[in-house]
Amino acid sequence: MSITKQDFNFVRDVVRSRSAILLDDNKGYLVEMRLSALAQKEGIDDVQTLISTVRDKGNISLRELMVEAMTTNETSFFRDRHPFDAMRDTILPELIEKRAATRSLKIWCGAASTGQEPYSLAILLRDSLPHPSLWDSKIIATDISPEVLGKAERGLYTQHEVGRGLPAAMLVKHFKRTGLEWEVKDELKAMVDYRRFNLVEPWMGLPKFDIIFMRNVLIYFDTDVKKQILTNALKYLAPDGYLFLGGSETLLGLGLDYHRVNLGPVSAYCPGA
Amino acid sequence: MKRALIVDDSRTMRMILTKYLRALGFEIKQAGNGLEGLKALEEMEWADVALVDWNMPGMNGIEFVHSVRAQEKYSELRIMMVTSETDVERMLQALEAGADEYVMKPFTQEIIQDKLSLLGLAA
Ligand SMILES: C[S@@+](CC[C@H](N)C(=O)[O-])C[C@H]1O[C@@H](n2cnc3c(N)ncnc32)[C@H](O)[C@@H]1O
Repeated sequence: MSITKQDFNFVRDVVRSRSAILLDDNKGYLVEMRLSALAQKEGIDDVQTLISTVRDKGNISLRELMVEAMTTNETSFFRDRHPFDAMRDTILPELIEKRAATRSLKIWCGAASTGQEPYSLAILLRDSLPHPSLWDSKIIATDISPEVLGKAERGLYTQHEVGRGLPAAMLVKHFKRTGLEWEVKDELKAMVDYRRFNLVEPWMGLPKFDIIFMRNVLIYFDTDVKKQILTNALKYLAPDGYLFLGGSETLLGLGLDYHRVNLGPVSAYCPGA
Repeated sequence: MKRALIVDDSRTMRMILTKYLRALGFEIKQAGNGLEGLKALEEMEWADVALVDWNMPGMNGIEFVHSVRAQEKYSELRIMMVTSETDVERMLQALEAGADEYVMKPFTQEIIQDKLSLLGLAA
């Protein structure tokens, strides 16, 4: 049975207002698929019942789960590789030198998903800092979904997950075997702070960052929301800091106060026209 | 054309790897154990990468790695272990012997491609 137009519109509006994620009309199948998985997990008979529980009974926690179910959490260690090469070869050495006096370096990972991206950054940071223990270095990793944050915090990955993108030398150095899975070592976990943070709600409680990773999340938003987020990000980025977006994302043409820096095969953005 | 040597005593495994590597544009040579692998390398003159199983009759994978790394003329050859040995100690042992990458069985085509790309041999 497929989802009615009315139900689809309801889901689309809720998801849009809660997360700014846009669901095109052709995403009916996706809504159906994700919500039936959720219904099953929650012991609810079917998608119709799930939707009416949220709509007619105003069940807020179920509504949040519904929004979460529509997010895409696809990620991997060192995803797309080049931004991380640029971090290791150019950005981190430069900023570590510039911050030598204050010994403070803060990175924000604004769509952290299940943790592969923040842990990749933690590995690079740890391997780049001359004396990690003497630095006040932190990675703040945020996401809208408590479920992915939970997995990120546990830091447990399957053989398949660590097989993708993570060099073997880093695996043996920074992970330990826990049963059939691989667990991020404590010293790496300690470098990352996980918090729930919705990019489309008012931004509060964040420090200033030297580097912001905001990758593969803006693609889900329309231009106005994107602009708002990137304008906010400017306030939290150090004047000599860097912003990284996903491979298919750009802020060219949005008229924002950033300029692009080419770093070999990738670009980053710095404040100022 | 890129060239790969597959060293594994399982015919099925060699077939699977051959299929994946052909799809990535490699020319392939196969060997059933370490000794055959060394012989195959001689015959090939050069190869970009060797994918090497650990447990094989005759000469095993780690002995193959030691033997290749002892020969100057193969210094450019990248070595990727592809094995069901999944202990950290084994991995360390292989890396110390001179392997460049390590794939745990079972693997997917995506993982093979990912690892080759870490070695600069695939997109
Ligand atoms: C495709 S993943 C990207 C993960 C990682 N940055 C990467 O590039 O591999 C997108 C993530 O954005 C999160 N997300 C979606 N909407 C969000 C919002 N409004 N605020 C914060 N995070 C959001 C999702 O929960 C999901 O984990």
